[in-house]
Amino acid sequence: MIEFRDLVKSYGDRTVLGPVSGRIEEGGITSLIGPNGAGKSTLLTLLGRLAAPTSGTVLLDGTDVHRTPSAEMARRLAILRQDNHFTARVTVRELVAFGRFPHSRGRLTAEDHEHIDRALGFLDLGDLAGRYLDQLSGGQRQRAYVAMVLAQDTRYALLDEPLNNLDIKHAVRMMEQLRSAADELNKTVVLVVHDINIAAGYSDHIIALRDGAIVANGTPAELMDPDLLTRIFDTPVQVHEVDGRPLAVHHR
Amino acid sequence: MLRRLALPCAVLVVLGLVVASLLTGGYDIDLHSLLHDPEARRMFLISRVPRTLALILAAAAMAVSGVIMQMLVQNRFVEPTTTGTAEWSALGVLLLTLVAPGAPVLVKMACAAVFAFVGSVLFLSLLGRLALRSQVIVPIVGIMLGAVVGAVTTYIASSANLMQTLPAWRSGGFSSVVKGTYEPLWVVGVLVVVLYAVADRITIAGLGRDMAVSLGLSYRRILYLGLAMVALATGVTSIVVGFLPFLGLVVPNLVSMVRGDDVRSNLPWAVLGGVALLTVCDLIGRTVVAPLEIPASVILGAVGAVIFLSLILRRFARGGAVHA
Repeated sequence: MIEFRDLVKSYGDRTVLGPVSGRIEEGGITSLIGPNGAGKSTLLTLLGRLAAPTSGTVLLDGTDVHRTPSAEMARRLAILRQDNHFTARVTVRELVAFGRFPHSRGRLTAEDHEHIDRALGFLDLGDLAGRYLDQLSGGQRQRAYVAMVLAQDTRYALLDEPLNNLDIKHAVRMMEQLRSAADELNKTVVLVVHDINIAAGYSDHIIALRDGAIVANGTPAELMDPDLLTRIFDTPVQVHEVDGRPLAVHHR
Repeated sequence: MLRRLALPCAVLVVLGLVVASLLTGGYDIDLHSLLHDPEARRMFLISRVPRTLALILAAAAMAVSGVIMQMLVQNRFVEPTTTGTAEWSALGVLLLTLVAPGAPVLVKMACAAVFAFVGSVLFLSLLGRLALRSQVIVPIVGIMLGAVVGAVTTYIASSANLMQTLPAWRSGGFSSVVKGTYEPLWVVGVLVVVLYAVADRITIAGLGRDMAVSLGLSYRRILYLGLAMVALATGVTSIVVGFLPFLGLVVPNLVSMVRGDDVRSNLPWAVLGGVALLTVCDLIGRTVVAPLEIPASVILGAVGAVIFLSLILRRFARGGAVHA
């Protein structure tokens, strides 16, 4: 379980997040949703120790994420962000192999290779394993990064907008793969997602943020409420039932 | 099969160049005189061997510096002479000459390295303040910074009447290398071994800060370690032979094109490529106007600029180039 207490992140006198408190239960997929600038990515970044909070604590199964040695944390929690303006020319396989670094410190064992092969297979990257990252499409590259996170074999995987750059087919495929990572590999997956219907369709929990505060927290069924969604996104949202599933409609 | 033979073949080619370098020069030294003429053997050991060793070590220093910087800065166009690092080391040595003219070479080396390090950190903090960090802007900022530092250095040198010490600094020639002057360069050998040990960390840093942190590395520590290695390599090379432009750009880029960016498996290729390029430049410089010499850095500047331009054009032609 990830528990965060009174988390605040400010830049100068501008507070972008918090104070927020809450918890992410072990297992399943939790999605962070909300409009731009709501603080979703900031929250994810703080949970994943990429940035230090201005105040507050993050506990992962009881240990303070920001005070535990990073090398130890790397065997329990992986975080993936999208900010790469520079694509290093490493092959997909090399990239995924770096996911094993926290375990092997660079000397790959037979077990490491098993993990690498499994992660490559899990994301259908077998044929692309020898390709360089800069020879891939945005979506393929995205899958390669996720495969790396899976190879890291942490119980917790935090992904910032993993559906960026993906078309409908690949977005759905990615969510299915993350779903099976949660169900079959027992991972706890935390995502920042923009599409509310995708979030509702594949998550076990949804945390909604707005203006740096958590405004709703619950199951997809609880969150798929027209008034609540309208308030969160500051846009009229209707919820219709299609084939027994709630579907949010926010445009013509 | 071909892949497995590539490295031994490259080693053979470079060995051939090294032998050619050993047998080229003002005195007639060949295999026969080496075996029978003690005077020739003495000259060989005092002048030829040190010169060739200096070539090898300086080339390795620049190639390795280029590899490290390009991964750490995440930019294909940075190396010690496009980030101001080399100019800072020159300023450091000039100031030391003013304060303590007779300082031993180890002190000079340390001073050059410290200034190079401070200069690199300054360059990076300057980059951190830039909103626009495109692949092309970064080296332009570095070159401008280097030009400013170079101007200050020249100004101080001219007011202190030390101008005559500067050209030696910047010419990047190997003609004055003899036994007793090149030995500090052995530090480069140590650096190569250290780099081999931390190669994975450098590659991971090249994947970005967030990736490095997620994999449990202290990004800051890798950054400073890498910059310190580059500073030391640049400082010692500047002191012994001067600036060697483009080598740190051309060689790592060529290697990256063919073999990708995995620092560990690329390391022998970067070193071999650097040695080959510099030895060829030095051989050209020594033979075209013999018995006079053109400094290797001049040839390197010309050859390097052409190769480098074609690399840039090739990347542009492939599309998405400036980002790749």
